[in-house]
Amino acid sequence: MSENGEQPGAREGVERMALAADRVPGRAPMSTRRSFRRRVAGSVGWTVAALALVVIGVPTVWLVYGVVARAVPYWTWSVLTQPGAGASGGLENEILGTLLLVVGVVVLAGGVGVLSGIYLAEYASGRWGNLLRGGSEVLAGIPSIVLGYVGYIVLVVDFGWGFSLAAGLIVLSAMTVPYVAKSTELALRQVPTSFREGADALGMREGYSLLRISLRAALPGITTGLLVAIAIAMGETAPLLYTAGFTGSLPSLALTHKPVPFLTYAVWTFYNQPSNYAVHLSYDAALILVALVVALIVAARLVVVWTQRHADRRGGV
Amino acid sequence: MSSEARLQPAETGGQSGRRAEKGTGGRLVRLVTGSAAWLPLLALLFVVVSLVVEALPAIRVNGIHFLTGVAWSFGNAYGAVVKTHGVPHPQGASYGALPLIVGTLASSAIALLIAVPVSVLSALVLVERLPRSISSLVGLFLETLAGIPSVVFGLWGALTLGPVLAHHVYPALASVASAVPGLGYFGGYTGNGEGLATSGVVLAVMILPIVAATARDLFRQVPDLPKEGARALGMTEWEVATRVTLTWVRSGLIGASVLGLARALGETMAVAMVSGVELGAIPHNVYAAMSTVAATIVSQLDSAFTDSTGFAVKTLAEAGLLLAALTLLTNVVARVLVRRVASTALPVGRGV
Repeated sequence: MSENGEQPGAREGVERMALAADRVPGRAPMSTRRSFRRRVAGSVGWTVAALALVVIGVPTVWLVYGVVARAVPYWTWSVLTQPGAGASGGLENEILGTLLLVVGVVVLAGGVGVLSGIYLAEYASGRWGNLLRGGSEVLAGIPSIVLGYVGYIVLVVDFGWGFSLAAGLIVLSAMTVPYVAKSTELALRQVPTSFREGADALGMREGYSLLRISLRAALPGITTGLLVAIAIAMGETAPLLYTAGFTGSLPSLALTHKPVPFLTYAVWTFYNQPSNYAVHLSYDAALILVALVVALIVAARLVVVWTQRHADRRGGV
Repeated sequence: MSSEARLQPAETGGQSGRRAEKGTGGRLVRLVTGSAAWLPLLALLFVVVSLVVEALPAIRVNGIHFLTGVAWSFGNAYGAVVKTHGVPHPQGASYGALPLIVGTLASSAIALLIAVPVSVLSALVLVERLPRSISSLVGLFLETLAGIPSVVFGLWGALTLGPVLAHHVYPALASVASAVPGLGYFGGYTGNGEGLATSGVVLAVMILPIVAATARDLFRQVPDLPKEGARALGMTEWEVATRVTLTWVRSGLIGASVLGLARALGETMAVAMVSGVELGAIPHNVYAAMSTVAATIVSQLDSAFTDSTGFAVKTLAEAGLLLAALTLLTNVVARVLVRRVASTALPVGRGV
């Protein structure tokens, strides 16, 4: 990675070194006291930096431990098999609802995102391409609660869909399409030109070579984008509260007029309810979410391994 | 896989490679993918337009008072409906978002003050001094932090971290601060752990991944040559790290911080759970309950429905517009400064 950008950077580096060297006390034979002071400054600096590393580690461990330690002692497996709304029962409805939303997002945002990424990588150039890319990035930067609010006003109220699967899915997809599109675009761009040229030389049709050659080679990158979409669909609360709604019974496949419960809702709503049972359920939901996050991270690492294998094979071409 | 430079050749190749051929199939592919590619931009325009349309009546009634006033009152729900500029609203409705704006900026500022030095220093030691195995462990930590849903941060902040801070840290901090002149804002009643300080700390943990991972990737891109030159000039490792590596990517580091800021400004659920939800007053000290613009939208939409004139809901649209403008601005600044893609497997901090 570092070999890039050395050409323009090298001269600048020399200038910087010269500047920095001016600031080094005692360019002439260094007095031992000064050099001692500089070495002490270095040790102090590195110690503080190492402590900063601890500041990253402690909250991470504390957070995960905090959830696990409060959830596990009260864990009962019936949580997974009983629906409920906090005061009694379990989290079956929320788990199934989250699964439904995740699958929906993979289909909807995955489809739109991959198609959009193909266009951005293969056809969109110049000003229009930049406009599309910019719009997509700006959309990703809009706070999720704002998207949820608009989803509520437009989809739930104006369109009359009520709290529903369709409203939740559309808002979640608006959030996630930019990530899928971006990763698809980047992955497609890394497919070597020789692949396409080979396909063209063999007389393959454009659509066929795109599907069989380019997309296949870009699959690991696209999968990473989809994992991101899954993580968002699983972990978001604000955009779903006023679009998907909540119900204590199992979610249905109806697109409109049937609210969809989801796991993050349980954390957000049950944690400050008066009944201890609800608080335990809140922690159970948090535990399930953390476990799902860990599973996603493992999956993402596997994709990285897969990517490297792809790259190795590509190197042989 | 992140470096922009590496993408350049493939990019030009990819664009010219497909242009030449035109058949029915190719045209169909272009049509289908093209219409998908327009959707995000159209969705964005749709969001902005519907926000503006929804907020316009509220903007006309609330006026500049919305940005400067200190009040959050739906008005008298059972009283007469009055009209201002032709917009009906309950008598006595008064909305001033100044406390929310102050809360948003102050909590994000605390988060940055904690997260940026921690991120930069740890990324520095990670890249310059520690072996790859530790780096990969810390990468795992950052991915975990980035992936954990914000409600789980909120749960931890409200029931675990907040009480610990309120019992063990804040009283000590307040007694020290009250002895030092000029630190009055850090003294006084320390509360129950729900408030500005706790929100800032939780936000700091939430933006650590994006800032630290971006800083780490930036440091890795610093070429070896100038570092070796600096060593040859007799600099200690620390001097090389701070004077060569750090200055080499300075603007990128600012960009990383602004990315973190954008995330902190828009963060909703965790803040709604640990802020204490105080809408009508500017926090009188650093421990006091407060709210942010984002947290207010999520916590007030439910009760806003009870306003039969719909004015409360429209006012929340105005708040949403304000929030969107604020985060858009920071995002644009960050993109200009960073101009690169994070290379971690999970979207650390959602920066595309």
